[in-house]
Amino acid sequence: MAEVTLENVVKRYGDTTAVHGVSLDIAHNEFVVLVGPSGCGKSTTLRMIAGLEEISDGTIRIGDRIVNGLPPRARNISMVFQSYALYPHMNVRDNLGFGLKIAGLSKDEIARRVNEAAEILGLDMLMDRLPAHLSGGQRQRVAMGRAIVRNPDVFLFDEPLSNLDAKLRGQMRVEIKKLHQRVGTTIIYVTHDQVEAMTLADRIVIMRDGRVEQVGTPAEVFETPVNTFVAGFIGSPPMNQLPATVVGAAARLADGVTIPLPADIAPRLKDGQNVTLGFRPDGFSPAGHGMLTDAATVTIARDILIAEPLGNESILTVELGGKDVQGKMLNPRVLRSGERVDFLLDLSHLHVFDGESGRNLGV
Amino acid sequence: MSEGRTIERPWQRWLIRFGVFVAMALLCIPGVWVVLTAFRPNIEVLARPTVWIPEVWTLDNFRRLFGFSSTQQGLPVAAYFINSLVISLTSTVVAILVGMAGGYAFARYSFRGKGALFLAFMLSRTVPGVALSLPLFILWGRLGIIDTSFGLILVYMAINIPFTIWLTDGFFRQIPPDLSEAAQIDGCTRWQAFWKVEFPLARAGLASAGIFAFLTSWNEYALAAQLTRTTASKTMPVGLMDFTAQFTVDWTGMSAMAVLIIIPALILTFIVQKHLIAGLTFGGVKG
Repeated sequence: MAEVTLENVVKRYGDTTAVHGVSLDIAHNEFVVLVGPSGCGKSTTLRMIAGLEEISDGTIRIGDRIVNGLPPRARNISMVFQSYALYPHMNVRDNLGFGLKIAGLSKDEIARRVNEAAEILGLDMLMDRLPAHLSGGQRQRVAMGRAIVRNPDVFLFDEPLSNLDAKLRGQMRVEIKKLHQRVGTTIIYVTHDQVEAMTLADRIVIMRDGRVEQVGTPAEVFETPVNTFVAGFIGSPPMNQLPATVVGAAARLADGVTIPLPADIAPRLKDGQNVTLGFRPDGFSPAGHGMLTDAATVTIARDILIAEPLGNESILTVELGGKDVQGKMLNPRVLRSGERVDFLLDLSHLHVFDGESGRNLGV
Repeated sequence: MSEGRTIERPWQRWLIRFGVFVAMALLCIPGVWVVLTAFRPNIEVLARPTVWIPEVWTLDNFRRLFGFSSTQQGLPVAAYFINSLVISLTSTVVAILVGMAGGYAFARYSFRGKGALFLAFMLSRTVPGVALSLPLFILWGRLGIIDTSFGLILVYMAINIPFTIWLTDGFFRQIPPDLSEAAQIDGCTRWQAFWKVEFPLARAGLASAGIFAFLTSWNEYALAAQLTRTTASKTMPVGLMDFTAQFTVDWTGMSAMAVLIIIPALILTFIVQKHLIAGLTFGGVKG
C-alpha cells in the first residue's frame, strides 16, 4: 500500500518561497495530476516527493513512512523525466536494468523483469540500441520501462509528454493510462497541459504561485471551478469571463447588456456589487446549433467577428461586454464575418465570481 | 559539403590545398628536421651546402645517449626519462583528480564567491610561468625542495589544476543533471551516480584534460631548468642542455634526445585519442 500524504509542505529558496504549505492526500493506486502554469511549484512539489529537493517545512509520507530526510533511493519511487534522462552510454537493456543491477538482483531475475517490461512497452526489438538511435516516442517508452521494472510504490511523471509531437502525445497518453490500469500503482503526474490533466487524472490538483487552488475530479474542476483562475485554466477554449455590475437580480455588462443571475446566488448579492460572469463556449451557441434543449437561456444578438471551422463544430468570436467572447456552433454552417446571429446563453451553467477575489460565489 | 554553398571551382580548391600545404610545412618541417638530424652523423649537420636528406643513416646518436658508443661517455638519459615520467604522471593524475572534483563542483553546485573563484583560476593562467621562477626558486630553496621531484610535481600541479578545472567544468556542464537524478532514483547514492553515469560520460573531457596536463609537464623547460640540478630531479627537456658545451653544441645528440622526448608524448596522444570521441552525451535527453 502506498498512499502519499503531504502536510503543509513548504519549499523556500533563500528569501523566495516556491511552494507555500501544500497539503494533499493521495490514495493508493490513485492517478493524481498536478497542473498549473510554469512556475506554479508543481515540479518542485514533485521533486520534493522524489527526494531531489529538500523540504523546507512540513511532512511528506509515502505509505506509513515519513520520507522527509530519506534520499531518493530509499523512497521506492520511480520517476520519468521530461528529458527522459536515459543513460546515453548504455543500450536499452542496460538502461532498463540499471536500477535492478544497483539493487543487486541476480542476472536471471534482471533479465526476466527487463524482458517483461520490454514486452509491455513493445521495446523487444530495440534492446541493443543506444538512446541516441531511438525516436522520441521510443525514448519515452524506455523511460517508462525503466520506471516500471523496479516495481515501485509510486510513479512520478514530470511533464513526460511535452517533448513529443501532438499525435505521439495523444498515443502516449493512452499508453500511460493503459499502464496505470495494468500495474495499478499510485501515480503523481505533473503537466502544464490541462488536456493531459483532464484525460489522465482520477483527481486534478490545480496550482498557482506555489499554492493549491483546487483539488477535484476532472468533472468537478470543470463544472465547479472555485475561482476565475481555475475557470480560465481548465477547458479549451477557456471559459469566457466578463466583468459586470449587479442590478437587482441581474448583472449588467460593460456594454449595457443585462443577464439574469442564478436564483440561488442573486439574493446574496448587493446592488452595485462587482462580479465576474463566467460561461464556457459550449454554453453560448447560435440558436439551433447548441447542445441546449430546454435549459433556461437568454438570447443575445451579436455580429460574428471570427469563425473558426473545425469540421464538426466552429468556434465563433463575438464582442460582448466590451470583450472578445467565444461561442461554439455545433453542426456548423458557413458564417460570414459581420453576419448577425442570435446566440443563446445557457443560464444553468452560468458562473458568478466575486469581482475582487475571483472566488466562485456559487460554490 | 552542405547544400546551398557555392560550388568550389578547381582553382579555388588548389588555392586551399596550397594554403594548407604551406601551413603544414611550417608546422612540420622543424619536427622533421629534428628527426632527420637524430639519424645523421654530426658532420652532415655542419656541412655546406646543406645536406637535406641524410646520406648516411646511423643510430650512433642514440647509442651515445645510452653510453654504448666508444666516442663519448653516456648521459644519464634513463634517469632523466624516469624523472620526467614520474613527475609528469604524478602531477597529471593529481591534477585530474583535483580538477575533476573542482570542475564538478563548479558545474553542479552554487556557492558563495563561485564566479570570482573561477575568474581567479583563469587569471592565474595569464601569468607567464617564467615570471614566477625567481619567487619560486627562493621559496623552494627555503623549503628545501629544490632539485626534488616533489618540488616540480608541486609546480606542475599548480599550473595544471586550474586548467583542468576549467576544462572539466565545461564537460560536466554538458551532462544534464537529470541523469544523475535519474540514477539516484534508480537506487544510486550520489557517489555511485557520479561514477556510474556522469564519469563515463565525462571521460572524453577528462582524457583531453589529461593529455593537456601531461604534455604541459612533460615539455616544460623554463621552470624545470631553475628548480632542478642533478639526476635526482632533472627532466628530459632540461637534459637537452647537457649537449651544449662552452664552444660547441652536439646537435645530433640533442636531436636524438628530442626524439626520445617526442615518442612517449605521441604514443600517449594516440592512446587517449580514441577516448576523445565527442558527442557521447547526445541522445540521452530530449527528442
